[in-house]
Amino acid sequence: MANAPTKASRPPPRAPLPGPIEWLRENLFSSWGNAALTVVALLILYWVVVPFVRWAFIDAAWTGTGRDDCLAFENGACWPFVSERIGQIIYGFYDVTERWRVDLTLIGLALGLLWLTMPGMPGKRPVGAVMVLAYPLIAFVLLAGGFGLEEVPTTRWGGLLMTLVVAFTGIVASLPLGILLALGRRSELPVVKGLSVAFIELWRGVPLVTVLFMAANMLPLFVGLSVNKLLAALIAVALFSSAYMAEVIRGGLQAIPKGQYEAAAAMGLSYWRSMAFVILPQALRLSLPNIVGNFIGLLKDTSLISIIGFFDLLGIVQAGATDPEWATPNTALTGYAFVGAVFWAMCFGMSRYATHLEGVLGAGGRR
Amino acid sequence: MSTSAVEITGLNKWFKAFHVLKDINLTVARGERVVICGPSGSGKSTLIRCINGLERHQEGRLTVEGVELSEEIGQIEAVRANVGLVFQQFNLFPHLTVLENCTLAPMWVKRLPKREAETLAMKYLERVHIPEQALKYPGQLSGGQQQRVAIARALTMEPRIMLFDEPTSALDPEMIKEVLETMVELAETGMTMLVVTHEMGFARTVANRVVFMDEGEIVEIAPPEEFFTKPKSPRTKEFLSQILR
Ligand SMILES: Nc1ncnc2c1ncn2[C@@H]1O[C@H](COP(=O)(O)OP(=O)(O)O)[C@@H](O)[C@H]1O
Ligand SMILES: [Mg+2]
Repeated sequence: MANAPTKASRPPPRAPLPGPIEWLRENLFSSWGNAALTVVALLILYWVVVPFVRWAFIDAAWTGTGRDDCLAFENGACWPFVSERIGQIIYGFYDVTERWRVDLTLIGLALGLLWLTMPGMPGKRPVGAVMVLAYPLIAFVLLAGGFGLEEVPTTRWGGLLMTLVVAFTGIVASLPLGILLALGRRSELPVVKGLSVAFIELWRGVPLVTVLFMAANMLPLFVGLSVNKLLAALIAVALFSSAYMAEVIRGGLQAIPKGQYEAAAAMGLSYWRSMAFVILPQALRLSLPNIVGNFIGLLKDTSLISIIGFFDLLGIVQAGATDPEWATPNTALTGYAFVGAVFWAMCFGMSRYATHLEGVLGAGGRR
Repeated sequence: MSTSAVEITGLNKWFKAFHVLKDINLTVARGERVVICGPSGSGKSTLIRCINGLERHQEGRLTVEGVELSEEIGQIEAVRANVGLVFQQFNLFPHLTVLENCTLAPMWVKRLPKREAETLAMKYLERVHIPEQALKYPGQLSGGQQQRVAIARALTMEPRIMLFDEPTSALDPEMIKEVLETMVELAETGMTMLVVTHEMGFARTVANRVVFMDEGEIVEIAPPEEFFTKPKSPRTKEFLSQILR
C-alpha cells in the first residue's frame, strides 16, 4: 500500500461533437412529449410570426408623404407615418430650430452610458460621477434654456425625449434614495426606522397614476404657488420608484450574513464605512437582477405621464395617428409596433447588460 | 497607567431575561496569553465579544487598555481598533481580494494612504505565510488559508490585544495545525492574547493561564500545568474528562 506507484493523471475523455441531426434529435425530438411540444411551438410560430412579418415588412408601405400612399397597402404597415413624423416622435413639440440641444443632450447620455457599460474603459469612476452629478444639471440647462439659451417651456417637450427625461430622473434618483430608505428601515433608531417604513408603505400603497395626477393637479392647490408640472411629476416618479427600490435593496441587505456586519464593526469601521465598503457592495450585487427589473418597469411606466397631459413616446404616436392627414386603418398599429420595438430595444439592452454585469461581478469567487 | 490589558470586575450580562455572564472577574496583564475553555453555551463567545464592544454588558466594569467600555462610550471604534478579533467562521469579505480585505481598516480607520496600507498588509500576509495569495478572493482559498488571512487582517490594525473565538473549530483537521502554528508565532512576539479554544495542546504550550467557564461563570483559573493535572472543581474535572477522553 505505502509503496504503490501513483497513477499518472490523464485528461478527461472528449465527447464527440454532435452533428445538426443529432442536435435536433437530442434537443427537440428526444421523446414523444418533446416532439409534440416542438410541433406545437412551430405551429404557433407559423400562425403568429408569419402574418406579422407579412404585415410589417412584405405588404407594408415604405415610401410616401400622406395617408393616400398608405391606403393602397390595406394589409400592411404604414411606415411613412413613422418616417415623416420621426421629428415629433423624438422631440415632441420642441422648437425645430432648437432641436440640436436635444441632440446634444441625448448624444451626451449615449456616450456616457457607452463609456460606463463598455468593459475595459478607463476612468469609469470620474465618468460615472459626472453622469450622476453634473450631467443632469447640464442636460437641464440645455433642454430648458437659460445662460443665453432660449427658453423652451417643458410643455413643449415630448416624444422619446420626454420618456428618457422621466426614466433617467427616476433611475438616477431612486437608487441612492432607495439605499437610504432601505438602510433607514433596518435602523436601530426608532424614529429613522418609523419614518422610513411610513414613507415606503405610503408610496407603495398608491398607484403611480394617482400619484402623478395628484402631483400635477392637487399639489399646486395645496402649495398655492404654481409648480412646474413636469418638475412635480419628476419628483413624484423619483419618490415613487425609490420606495420600490428600497424594498428590493432591503432584500439584498437581509441576505448578508451577520458575521459580515460584525467583522466590519470589529475592525473599527464606522457604520457608514461598513455599509459603503462591506455591506452595500454585496447587497447591491445580490439585488442587481431585481434592481434592473425595477428600472425596466420604471422605463415602461413613463408612459403613464400622458395622464397629466404630457406626450411621451407612446402619447405622441397615439396623438399623431388620429391626425386626419394620416388616418388609415394601419397607422395606429404601425405606430404601436414602432413604439413597442423602441421600448423593447431599450429594456432588452438593460436586461442584457445586467446579465453581463452579474457575470463580471460573480467572477470574484464567493464563499 | 495600569499594566493590565484587560480588567473585568463584577461583570454581568443578560440577553433579555437570560443571565448569560455572571459576576465575571478577570484581569489580563500586558503580554499575557489566556486560554478560555468550557462547554458550548457557557458564555465564552459573549465574554470575548464584550471585550471589543460587539456586545454590551449591563453591570460591572470592563476596562480595555485603560479605556472603560460603558453604555455611554462614544468612541467604541477607537477601542475596537486596538483589539483584533478572529472569528470561528473567518468572516472575510468575499467581494474583496485578500489584499483588499487587509487594507480596508488601515485605509478607512487609520486613514493610511493606499500604498502604505498595502505595504502593511503585505507585511502581515508574510507573517502568516501567504503573501502569494494576496490577489485571490477568499472563496479561492482553503479554510486554513482563510483563517490565516483573517488573522493577518486583524493584525494590520496593529492591535494591542488579539481575541480569538474558536479559530480552529470550523477547520478540517489537517488545516488546524497551520493556524495554530501561526498563533504560536504570534504569541512569541509578545502579543496579549485571549483565545477561546478546546485545543489543549495549544493551551499547554502557549497559555500563561487557562480559564474554565460553565453556565456563565468563571469556575476556575489556573496555569495550564496545574489546570490539566490538578483541577480543583468537579465541573472542571468532568469537562476535562470529556474533551481529553
Ligand atoms: N444574541 C443572543 N441573544 C440571545 N441569546 C444569546 C445570544 N447570543 C448567545 N446567546 C445565548 O447565550 C449563551 C452563551 O452563548 P455563547 O457566548 O455563544 O456561548 P459559547 O461561546 O460558550 O458557546 C447561549 O445559551 C446562547 O444561546
Ligand atoms: Mg462560541
